Amino acid sequence: MAERTFSWPKMDDRQLLGKDVPRVYDGAAKASGQAKYSADINTPGTLFAKLLTCPHAHAKVAKLNVEKAKAVPGVKAVHVFRDVGTEMRWEGELIVAVAADRPEFAEDGLRAIEITYEVLEHLVDERDLEAAKAKMLTKSLGNQNTGDVEKALKEAKAVHKGFYGVPTITHMCLEPHGSHCEWETLDKLKVQLSTQNVSGTAGQFAGPLGLEEAGVTILCDYVGGGFGSKFAADEWGIACAKMAKDAGKPVRLMLDRPTELKVAGTRPSAFAEVTIGCDAEGNITAWDSHHWGTSGTNGSTVALTVTPYVFDPPNRRRTATGLICNTGPNRAWRAPNHPQACAYTDTAMDDLAAKMDMDSLEFFKKNLGLTKLAHLYAPELDIAAKLMDWKTKWHPHGKGPGGAVKRGVGLALHTWGGKAHAANCQLKVHPDGTCEVFLGSQDIGTGTRTCIGVVAAETFGIPMSSVKVRIGSNKYPKAGPSGGSTTIGGVSGPVRRASQTALWKIYDLVAAKHNVSADGLTVKESQVWSDGKAICTWKQAAGLIGPMALEVVGEGPKDDGLTSDQVGGVQMAEVAVDTETGIVRMVKMVAVQDIGLVVDRLTARSQVAGALIMGIASALSEERIMDNRTGRFINADLANYKLPRIGDIGEFVIEFYEPESEYQRGVIGLGEPPAISPMAAISNAVANAIGVRVPVLPLTPQRVLEALKGAQA
Amino acid sequence: MSHDVPTRNGPGFHRRDFLKGSGAAVAATAMATAGEEAQAQDVPKKIAAAAPQKIKLNVNGKDQEITVEPRVTLMDALRNDLNLTACKDVCDRAVCGACTVHIDGKPVYSCTRFAVECVGQKIVTAESLMTPAKTDAVIDAFVKHDGMQCGFCTPGFVMAVRGFCNSHPGATEDDCRKGLGGNICRCGTYDSVLKAAYEVANSSKGGA
Repeated sequence: MAERTFSWPKMDDRQLLGKDVPRVYDGAAKASGQAKYSADINTPGTLFAKLLTCPHAHAKVAKLNVEKAKAVPGVKAVHVFRDVGTEMRWEGELIVAVAADRPEFAEDGLRAIEITYEVLEHLVDERDLEAAKAKMLTKSLGNQNTGDVEKALKEAKAVHKGFYGVPTITHMCLEPHGSHCEWETLDKLKVQLSTQNVSGTAGQFAGPLGLEEAGVTILCDYVGGGFGSKFAADEWGIACAKMAKDAGKPVRLMLDRPTELKVAGTRPSAFAEVTIGCDAEGNITAWDSHHWGTSGTNGSTVALTVTPYVFDPPNRRRTATGLICNTGPNRAWRAPNHPQACAYTDTAMDDLAAKMDMDSLEFFKKNLGLTKLAHLYAPELDIAAKLMDWKTKWHPHGKGPGGAVKRGVGLALHTWGGKAHAANCQLKVHPDGTCEVFLGSQDIGTGTRTCIGVVAAETFGIPMSSVKVRIGSNKYPKAGPSGGSTTIGGVSGPVRRASQTALWKIYDLVAAKHNVSADGLTVKESQVWSDGKAICTWKQAAGLIGPMALEVVGEGPKDDGLTSDQVGGVQMAEVAVDTETGIVRMVKMVAVQDIGLVVDRLTARSQVAGALIMGIASALSEERIMDNRTGRFINADLANYKLPRIGDIGEFVIEFYEPESEYQRGVIGLGEPPAISPMAAISNAVANAIGVRVPVLPLTPQRVLEALKGAQA
Repeated sequence: MSHDVPTRNGPGFHRRDFLKGSGAAVAATAMATAGEEAQAQDVPKKIAAAAPQKIKLNVNGKDQEITVEPRVTLMDALRNDLNLTACKDVCDRAVCGACTVHIDGKPVYSCTRFAVECVGQKIVTAESLMTPAKTDAVIDAFVKHDGMQCGFCTPGFVMAVRGFCNSHPGATEDDCRKGLGGNICRCGTYDSVLKAAYEVANSSKGGA
């Protein structure tokens, strides 16, 4: 018998892999609202919780009396997070939760709470490095030096000095963080948790609640956005379970919108002073930067290690300083560190190219030798340039045609790992030929359910409808958290391994029964084929396993070639800037991305489109705005925290870079990489349009007009 | 040092206060439909007391009785009293469209209406677009074009698209971009939603 090894089918033999497969399992349920999220769980008797939060950036609870709240009609449980004397270090910190029969009764309860604060000094200005230094609220985050930067800058043909900024943004999950907790018995807790981490959160509940971990069930069929912010049980999850226990009734506690924005995760800011130099041919010879920003009270910013981003010149100095601010804490935000680093690197490079009177594309191509993925970026840039019609559209910065509305194009590029996380699956092939796959994973919107179905259905040569995918419970085999683009490799590896193992067992049974060689068997269109001839149906083959299901466990990750990591992608943006109003309008975005083997083209494309839109948001409109005087997050709502709408995105051209060599790499994650480049690409396009850099993102009309005014002055 | 600062969660502005101050017309309408108009006019202070009302809402073609205070929004009543959770609570401030339902055939943010205001009106939620008997073309188009990721904004978007297609059969792509600006998606599904909306608006099923 030939050796049996785990592998993907040959490119030409694919039935489902790489095709446009819609979300057959959950698409219609989501669209019709029949899918139930944690925020939708209304088991009988469910109480609704509301939160009293700190209105100050820095304060202590001076007096607190919740007795009157407890007496409010309908109020069934009160939980105090922070009692008298507790210091609160950012606006929005949770103080009291009230659970009541109805949400409005819980609000009545909140209003009955008597509380006063001792207000303390705060710092929320994350851009003003000198002010933070004066208050001793900075932290050195390192200083690294390679080569001889001073000498290289002295010898450089052109040197550009610039200032760039990326303010803090939040995750803005449309389903806020929270859970529905119900005690089945005194030692058994069921948590419907809005989470990216189904298999990893039971212990976080069990510990503080004095439970055995086996007594905690975590369920999450659907999660309304996470983007890196939903890995934990969180203090409000524990409080929800405690109140449910106190009241003897299930409790649903979801953060309200302002609190969600204030406490449930941010992406750190980064402001950078950059000096960059190149030789007469445009080869970058030196980089010198100092960047600072905040992640909240732990005083961090973008990692030194990704600075400069992707390009690594021979002479490089990098310094980072963290500001300790009274602002909400950071959490992983889609491709942590990369988007900000890309924003201050690729814009500085673009400005240097302008100084050299070079086409930005030529300048980037010339310097690909400073990256680790030139073999990807070079062909991708060529493809993108063609799709954007770069040659026709690019002009020296600010020198394009047009009246008040100026057009411009810009580019940026990125990299990401996307390696498979640890996960196991249980696979059952039932005697009627249907198949079930169980994983303690979650579908955070990426199409994980569909992709698992694609892998199993492809392997058995059966339709998607014959595969049932069971995820969203920690009672299934463990699967890693969905973060860092690790899920697609994490789930597709074990499912392929389990499916191939089961298939081989069935091949042996078929071979014995039909007296053919197992090596020559294949499956396609719900039939088993021997040397090109259908010898039995898949159902008949599955029937050979006996009265009970064939069960196989698939493990991962393995180093067997089914998955790998490290992708590179390039993006180009085209904008139209109204120089009278300062409004930037998206015209077109081109994204060329390698992702190894494409599992489901339709949902993969959605990942890229979504990343582009998130990128447009942070490039043009979204930012956390802190009021220095009151220390408050003054746009913590959806009206003033500006996100693009359907008319704001322009045209998208999305292309996967997939020569045969990419297919051979196996599956690699996709969620993060395309979210990295948009800010830099769009900023570069605006600079190309108007001939002046708008240094700080997002490129709001006010900032655009100020930059234009500054250029005239 | 005491601070009585207006925050959403602390003391300050609330729907209940709003009703006490200026909501007489709203409350009177509700009372009238509950057959208590005379009482409402005679004792205005009692109206302001915002006592729970027994009301009948017509949802997805079915009359359903609930008891709610006038301050309860249609969104909360649908979600919490009738367990129709397709309309999502995302902004609760008439910005994002995640709670969109149809009232008498028109898309409405259900967080902008009090439940008691909607007595006598025909309310339709996204759940009704998919029954064992029939799936609406908008649902099919959203699935086909992958007009969803996490899916939390999706039912609201679906109701917006259904309403838009009803009133704009044959809409151009540009019409869709302009006409569907009332819904926010964070995952970034607009490009696929656009394809779905355009397809439905230009199919024979568009103008239902």
